[in-house]
Amino acid sequence: MISVFIIVTGMLMIAAGVLAVHQKHLLSAVILAGVISLLASVLYIVLAAPDVAMTEAAIGSALTTIVFLFALKKIREQDKHD
Amino acid sequence: MIRKYAVILILGLFVLMLLPLLTELTPFQELSPVAQKYAGEGPDALGSANLVTSVVVTYRGMDTLGEVAVLFAAAAGVGFFLRRKEKRPAPGKREASALLKTGTAFLLPLILLVGVFVFTHGHLTPGGGFQGGVLIASAVVLFLFANRSASVSRTILQWTESLSGVFYVAMGALGLLLAAGFLDSRFLPPGEFGKLFSAGAIPVIYSLIGLKVGSELVGIIDNMRGGAE
Repeated sequence: MISVFIIVTGMLMIAAGVLAVHQKHLLSAVILAGVISLLASVLYIVLAAPDVAMTEAAIGSALTTIVFLFALKKIREQDKHD
Repeated sequence: MIRKYAVILILGLFVLMLLPLLTELTPFQELSPVAQKYAGEGPDALGSANLVTSVVVTYRGMDTLGEVAVLFAAAAGVGFFLRRKEKRPAPGKREASALLKTGTAFLLPLILLVGVFVFTHGHLTPGGGFQGGVLIASAVVLFLFANRSASVSRTILQWTESLSGVFYVAMGALGLLLAAGFLDSRFLPPGEFGKLFSAGAIPVIYSLIGLKVGSELVGIIDNMRGGAE
């Protein structure tokens, strides 16, 4: 049962990764990258590693996504100036 | 066309390189000797209910200090490259929606509380300085999203970060003087197993790490945001 869950979650992660690469819309790509981290943190909880899961959820899916969003905004502003 | 084949070739070589990992993989039946030592004597020697924390803060305290230093270097780099004398968010920028504002007013104290709980209880429950610090930073980010014109005080950030860093190293030096070695947490009494004030200096050190990580990440976010004076 648990291995089925792990395999399904892993497949979803791979799918999100492939989608993120092929996404034309950058915002969606950033959010898909965050989804990968969120799924990874669920996996860590299933694998009984709550410490790592907390780090992954907080840094990987939240903070990294926000930093990417800010970077995206900055790039767009710069494009407008030029 | 030739590029495509080169990519496929390199990927194939990569698979070839990693294949032995898959075929020769055998699951661990028992802990390695070092892990056995940590798991066996860790709870008794250090008095920390969360074994992960006693490894992170005491046994591998030096690595944690290194990680904090790396984070500091990253924050300094972001500050160096992105700190521009930009005008404040241009007037006329639309305000945050009522939904976000109300939600933030409700959630902000809760997130801050959880953040502080996570790093003060690092020796009892999962999590610790890094996770708690990131939670606090995300609370600040939420606040900044809800209040577009608000700004973070650089002075407070810098002082929090510097002081917690200095005290972290000072705790390490105290361990060197009073206990077995640098960052040894046993110079404070171990207390009662499983209580908040226990496990020697581990909660103190982890709280300092939490403050340092939190202020560094808030600094990074503030610099990315375009920074205010």
